[in-house]
Amino acid sequence: MTGGGVEVADLTVRFGGVTSLDGMNVTFEAGTCGLIGPNGAGKTTFFNVLSGFVRPVTGTVRAFGEDLLSMVHFRRARWGVRRTFQTEQSIEELSVFDNVAMVHEHARLAGTSRRQDVLGAIAFVGLQADPSARVSTLAAGERRLLEVARAVVGRPKLVLLDEPAAGLPDEETRHLSQVIRAIPEQTGALTILVDHDMSLVSACCETTAVLDFGKLIASGPTAGVLRDEHVIRAYLGTAEET
Amino acid sequence: MLDTASRTAAGRQLPRLRRPGRRTLTQAGVIAVLFLFALLALPQLLSLYYVDAMTQVVVYSMVTLGLGVLVGRVGLVSLGQAAVLAIGAWVAARLLFATGQPYPLVLLEAGVITMVLGTLIGLPALRLRGLYLALITLMLAGAITVVITTTNFPNGGHGFLGYNGSTVHIPAIRRPSIASSDPAYYRYAVVVAALMFLLAGVHIRTRPGRAWAAIRQSEPAALAAGINTWLYKLWAFALASFITGVAGGVLAGAVHYLYSINFPTQDSITLLAVVLMGGAYSLWGAIIAALLLQLLPALLNNWGVSADWLTILFGVGVLQVLTTAPRGLADQVPKDLARLGRLLGRRPRPAAPSGGEPG
Repeated sequence: MTGGGVEVADLTVRFGGVTSLDGMNVTFEAGTCGLIGPNGAGKTTFFNVLSGFVRPVTGTVRAFGEDLLSMVHFRRARWGVRRTFQTEQSIEELSVFDNVAMVHEHARLAGTSRRQDVLGAIAFVGLQADPSARVSTLAAGERRLLEVARAVVGRPKLVLLDEPAAGLPDEETRHLSQVIRAIPEQTGALTILVDHDMSLVSACCETTAVLDFGKLIASGPTAGVLRDEHVIRAYLGTAEET
Repeated sequence: MLDTASRTAAGRQLPRLRRPGRRTLTQAGVIAVLFLFALLALPQLLSLYYVDAMTQVVVYSMVTLGLGVLVGRVGLVSLGQAAVLAIGAWVAARLLFATGQPYPLVLLEAGVITMVLGTLIGLPALRLRGLYLALITLMLAGAITVVITTTNFPNGGHGFLGYNGSTVHIPAIRRPSIASSDPAYYRYAVVVAALMFLLAGVHIRTRPGRAWAAIRQSEPAALAAGINTWLYKLWAFALASFITGVAGGVLAGAVHYLYSINFPTQDSITLLAVVLMGGAYSLWGAIIAALLLQLLPALLNNWGVSADWLTILFGVGVLQVLTTAPRGLADQVPKDLARLGRLLGRRPRPAAPSGGEPG
């Protein structure tokens, strides 16, 4: 079906002589999709293209029928692109509530109760902290959950999670993977999860795409992709490119 | 859309948002008492010399407030605020000589005109940050100082500039009729400053304040949250310039005569130093900064000590702030007092049991 999901066609990004993304073609259809690959494969660059921080040399991205690349970066969040960053970016000066409310108020949502939505998002991620507590008093795991709450508040269409479990202990990673799995059902948003740790991806994602040196080397149902010999080779680092 | 009921392990109920606690109420009480004290009691207690000094403190507390918003809230270092103050004073003086408009209206107009000009000074901030922004704003401030030195401040003359070259018979810049004496004008200034603090406080606690906090922490993250960072950075410059312009208007009436020599470019650097010392992250910091900047020299002057020592003191102060107390005196003093209180409170306790037990 046209207009469904995120269709990436012929996406190329260069930084000087380095080609970060090399003619990437992939479609993320629905649900929670994984995007994996070794360090430097271009995963975060891909997210930066979607957020508008990096301008590709060639290629198009259509998200639910809209030409995403023609949108100004800050308008993309209003339209429905939400993301988290590898290094967690919740705002220390503000309270938990204000951190989430800030995203909500710039999304220009008509006819919704900000308070309900914000508290709903905080409850959804299972953040136990007092909403009026300052973020600087939160533990690392709570801050990660807060970032996810910021990504799901309001009406996101596309949620991009960039290594959301980095540095978390197993227990908290398990909780986080439950939350991530619930995002599409809860919000209706297509969720893309970037990680180089396969365990979180295999726990959360029905489909997975694999990047290596800026090229898409596999995509499809997660279990199949993880057994793919190209993928295994990319991860083990044997340089026998076809 | 987010349902309120959650399917995850987390609870099904919405977390509760706490009502303003005792701390907020105490804070509001302290602010009210201090405001009333500054407004009513202070001019009764002080000599005219110190009333004038305190008027300067009040004026500069608005300037440091504006700079504090830029530096502390948004992370934009501007070294042009003394020039912005001069613009405000110039515009207000010109309007006061040219028209018979009521004083509050003149202050408002001075604020708005300064806001437009100050926002232009802030335009480089859209591309630059940190040292480079500081340098550019310093250069612009220098340029403004040159212009004002050439045109001079209005002193009742004719034409657009309103400068009358003759040195005899310079009319004083008028004050509001209800505040012609120095103590009354001081009170007038306190009320205006309180309104400016209120304006800044409302900004900080609402949407722009949250956006600024996001920008200060990380611009990409702010953009990803849907914040138009250009708009909010210019907004910060507009607010700071408005407040500083109003301060310039109050200054014009306070001193009666304005001279370009009183607005040297390096004042902007001193302003930044005291803002850092006072604490750029708190509104109290602005008041502390203004006390450092205006009350200290008045005290030293009265004691017969050269105010030049302050340059050294501010240098040491900034060094101390940058190394040990990045949030300034506004944060450090209450902490130190609390620590002192704990120390004093703890003293007798170890003494009591040790008296009962043999050593």
